[in-house]
Amino acid sequence: MKKVLILGAGTAGTMMANHLHHELDKKEWQIDIIDEREEHHYQPGYLFLPFDIYTPEDIIKKIEDFIPKGITLHKGKIDILLPKENAVRMADGRVYNYDILIIATGAKIAPEEIDGMQGEEWQKSVFDFYTFEGALALRNKLREWEGGKLLVHITEMPIKCPVAPLEFAFLADSFFKHKKMRDKVEISFVTPLSGAFTKPKATAALDHLLDEKNIKIEADFAIESVDNERKVIIDYGGREIPFDLLVTVPTNKGDEVIARSGMGDDLNFIPTNKATLQSLAFENIFVLGDASNIPASKAGSVAHFEAEILTENIKHYINGEPLSEEFDGHANCFIETGGGKALLIDFNYTHEPVEGTFPFPGVGPLRLMKESRMNHMGKLAFRWIYWNMLLKGTHIPFVSSHMEEAGKNFN
Amino acid sequence: MEKEIAGKMIKVNDEGYLTDFSQWTREVGEAIAAENNITMTPRHWEVIAYLQNEHKNNVALSIRKIGKSDVLDIKEFYQLFPQGPLKTSTKIAGIPKPASCI
Repeated sequence: MKKVLILGAGTAGTMMANHLHHELDKKEWQIDIIDEREEHHYQPGYLFLPFDIYTPEDIIKKIEDFIPKGITLHKGKIDILLPKENAVRMADGRVYNYDILIIATGAKIAPEEIDGMQGEEWQKSVFDFYTFEGALALRNKLREWEGGKLLVHITEMPIKCPVAPLEFAFLADSFFKHKKMRDKVEISFVTPLSGAFTKPKATAALDHLLDEKNIKIEADFAIESVDNERKVIIDYGGREIPFDLLVTVPTNKGDEVIARSGMGDDLNFIPTNKATLQSLAFENIFVLGDASNIPASKAGSVAHFEAEILTENIKHYINGEPLSEEFDGHANCFIETGGGKALLIDFNYTHEPVEGTFPFPGVGPLRLMKESRMNHMGKLAFRWIYWNMLLKGTHIPFVSSHMEEAGKNFN
Repeated sequence: MEKEIAGKMIKVNDEGYLTDFSQWTREVGEAIAAENNITMTPRHWEVIAYLQNEHKNNVALSIRKIGKSDVLDIKEFYQLFPQGPLKTSTKIAGIPKPASCI
């Protein structure tokens, strides 16, 4: 019996388990998956939790509910990967061997990277919303907060779901309007980038929206420290921005186990072939989702498209064929813009987001790069799609893993 | 498009970054620095040479990487090239603006 071992039962690992369960011959292949957690979190839901739009129950389910029968889930903490021995050793001493390893250990926030970020004010006036605990603590704070200077802040790139901080700013605008206290809140969006987003055309559209919603943008801000006493953030150039409430996205890093195993870059992301998703160091190791260093967004939609590509490449690898399926960096993101509307962007390694229609060229019903209520419905429907289709590896009708170029206005 | 820099026609993109490194000279770098209100010193040139070398070796540049290099720390990087040091220094160096991602 040959063995495929998957590390991580989050979005990417779970999808991969489901794909391979369908595709591999069960008489020849045994599939195992390892995770230390009990719960599977719908991470996009963390954005809605602080504003009381979702409840904790909406975003948490049990990990095993999504692992197909016939695949064994092993719970426990991984001590180290031993790629030269084709083995993974657990903290309790168990050892798992494999023929093919798929690493889907994700990315996590690392607030300790910035001086003072986890100081006195952590979860008092300094919050993250990239963890369940952070989002919940922020919800409780927002329920009582009486206003002042709100900073929505990105520490450094790359981060998971790079549009989430913008969505947070838009939703905050909407939230405070609804509470009839928008005039008491000054919202600023603080970013190390030169504008709202990483791609120029989307940045122009998003900068305009920020302006329309009276959200000030503070660009090119590379944070050095948080001064808890004076409640200011300070950048390397000495620029200071005061806050009453700081909602920050800390540095994102790959899992510590990648560092312990000596397999990552300076942020613990694994050097990976951006087309085939094979690790650059070991040919029987593949990397899926946020754990890799490929220049695509760290997002569930990307992991979903990657999983379809990787499934084909793993079949090629097993048959000794060239890894002919190539990932194009396709990402597809809804951006909540508040007031029951959303924007949709669709892009890949070479094409930045543009205007057009999705998924049917010229028809829609979703509009790219334009705010609409239909897009917002799409975003809300996505939670159902996530739990019921995406994790199970069901192909989403009409949405291709390679980006569609028809129906888009590229110039 | 082309732009006259230091008396020569140089190919640049719409943000003013050189698109053909073979056209780069110290004079070109100096002129771009002056446009950004920076007076080049020997220390500036050391940093520019380091950035060009990293680019030649296909190393993706980021503020974090520079901070961890043994060439300079981030504080000094900001002193040399205030306001967006990575953007300004790569423009002077004649290399592409780092795609700080996604």
